[in-house]
Amino acid sequence: MSSRPSEQRNRNSGAAGVLEPPKTKSQSSAQPNQLTEDRETLVKMFRQMLLIRRFEEKCAEAYSLGKIGGFCHLYIGQEAVCVGSISALREDDYVLTSYREHGQALAKGISADAIMAELYGKATGCSRGKGGSMHLFDKDVNFLGGHAIVGGQIPLATGVAFAAKYQETDRVALCYFGEAAVNQGAFHESLNMAQLWKLPCIYICENNMYGMGTSLERAMSFSDVAQKSCAYEMASEFVDGMDVLAMRRATERAVKRAREESLPTLLEARTYRYMGHSMSDPGNYRTRAEIEKHQERDPIKTFANQLKETQVISDDDIAQIEKEIKEEVEHAARFADESPLPDPNELYTDVYANPLK
Amino acid sequence: MTMRDALNLALKEELARDKSVFLMGEEVAEYQGAYKVTRGLLEEFGPKRVIDTPITELGFAGLGVGAAMVGLRPIVEFMTFNFSILATDQIINSAAKMLYMSGGQFKIPIVFRGPSGSAFQVSSQHSQAIESWYAYFPGLKVVMPSTPADAKGLLKSAIRDDDPVIFMEQERMYGMKGEVPEDEDFTIPLGVADIKREGKDVTIVARSLTVPTALKAAEELEKQGVSCEVIDPRTIRPLDIDTIVESVKKTNRVVIAEESHPFCGVAAEISAEINERAFDYLDAPVKRVSGADVPMPYAKNLEQLAIPDVERIIAAVRDVSYL
Repeated sequence: MSSRPSEQRNRNSGAAGVLEPPKTKSQSSAQPNQLTEDRETLVKMFRQMLLIRRFEEKCAEAYSLGKIGGFCHLYIGQEAVCVGSISALREDDYVLTSYREHGQALAKGISADAIMAELYGKATGCSRGKGGSMHLFDKDVNFLGGHAIVGGQIPLATGVAFAAKYQETDRVALCYFGEAAVNQGAFHESLNMAQLWKLPCIYICENNMYGMGTSLERAMSFSDVAQKSCAYEMASEFVDGMDVLAMRRATERAVKRAREESLPTLLEARTYRYMGHSMSDPGNYRTRAEIEKHQERDPIKTFANQLKETQVISDDDIAQIEKEIKEEVEHAARFADESPLPDPNELYTDVYANPLK
Repeated sequence: MTMRDALNLALKEELARDKSVFLMGEEVAEYQGAYKVTRGLLEEFGPKRVIDTPITELGFAGLGVGAAMVGLRPIVEFMTFNFSILATDQIINSAAKMLYMSGGQFKIPIVFRGPSGSAFQVSSQHSQAIESWYAYFPGLKVVMPSTPADAKGLLKSAIRDDDPVIFMEQERMYGMKGEVPEDEDFTIPLGVADIKREGKDVTIVARSLTVPTALKAAEELEKQGVSCEVIDPRTIRPLDIDTIVESVKKTNRVVIAEESHPFCGVAAEISAEINERAFDYLDAPVKRVSGADVPMPYAKNLEQLAIPDVERIIAAVRDVSYL
């Protein structure tokens, strides 16, 4: 059948081992080093990845200074996943994700200022200081949160896709979750409904191979996430989540399927988080060597080399981008620092849209 | 008109009124509803707007909340609220909190409705009154009608409301008959109690199934020389405590009748509110008549013992009257 998974493969090798790039040929006509995207798009993607990296480094610093409270889950190492996939969307498409969402929020277009201010719990934050790191929202850019119960955003995104179809638009919903969410019922219930009702939802599993401190093979009886779509006859692809262009192209195929045929897709992006699960996690469950092995395939370094080899950008360009991003992140931290706390009266606002008595 | 038909009429009118309203749930469409509340709606509004779901409560509750985030007004039917327990993550963590944690950006205009409480010998897992769970959470509204007219007017208000509303019907009451306004503009605002019977000696606060029970008890007590005022808050959250307190200030005695378990229940909350607001007016301690603090048994005689009846309400009223 036409929606049959096209790029599935069995990969039963060590789940928490080093990521192996996909072995089968990509559907895309582009060869590995042949860039079909225009320069502006490529530079924008590179810039976003670097911005996310530097933003997250700043968060770690601010967290250790006590400026950011609560839980703070950093995205360092996974930048290619959200930047590549969101680059395949239109502005009016929707994004929903988990609590590890600073990267998606930046890539979808929330300003670094508004995100940092939210992390600082300030009135100028994108959720006006009421959500925090795990609950970033911005209606203007169709960023629908930041959800902090593992898998909770998956039925929500399915509903957003349902509405897009009901309202007779061709908008799509993009939903991110970690591989640990795949063990939740919410994942399976959602995929079943999405395929049954042909909803334009793209499910991206960011498989970073650890659910907090529990490795994939200790938590999942069959760890090939992309293949789980077979249970629902849903199209799926396994994608190298360290390769931003692979992410973009796989998402483009999924978006096309969603927009033109109103069909869902499951993408499994193999990736790796360099930091602990949250800022309070020292990460004793994995070795330094394992982390370093993954860092050899760092998505930003790899993409920078690719762009240099193809003469899209030069070292000078990269230095200039670094400089601009440093300023942007510093500005965000300063803006957050100087912003006012929410007014105490805000405690009781936004509980109800139609308050009674 | 029966309660069932009044609810059906409210759904029909609101589906006709607003294209962003749709109805989904188990057996709501082709089967015409497990309790026939949705009878005829598929035929009139088509499969796009009246949708049979798989048995996947967490999934379709969450799907409804997501759809509400971007402009639809879902009505999600739980075949019974017992099954909503599977969906509590989406109701509580998503629907109730979305507006707040998004800093006011995403309202969730959704209605979760279906029968709640006991039915007819359906035993422990199908006979639960869990309104106190949902009423606990800021962000949710909880409605429990006790007459066909209230059911119609309140359901229409719930569907038009911009917040998530838990609308709890009672299976034993679907066949109950009463006058129902045919007017399409007839609504009853949420958060307003109704005095179902005026009286001067004792206030009885009742909701849902215990309202008709309390009214029968009041009739009997009238013959015994005790005049009872029966108040139905109709909306558990927000609770119209002012109407209750005003009545207590007049009667100085109060009995709260409910089908649910007593511990951490709605009657306990109302009792606390009365103590805080009208303690000096009380001539007797507030008395609760609740469902038995046990899982619902199957045997008919045991089931009857577990549900508040006329005799227990009469005994409680006589108790607070020191008769």
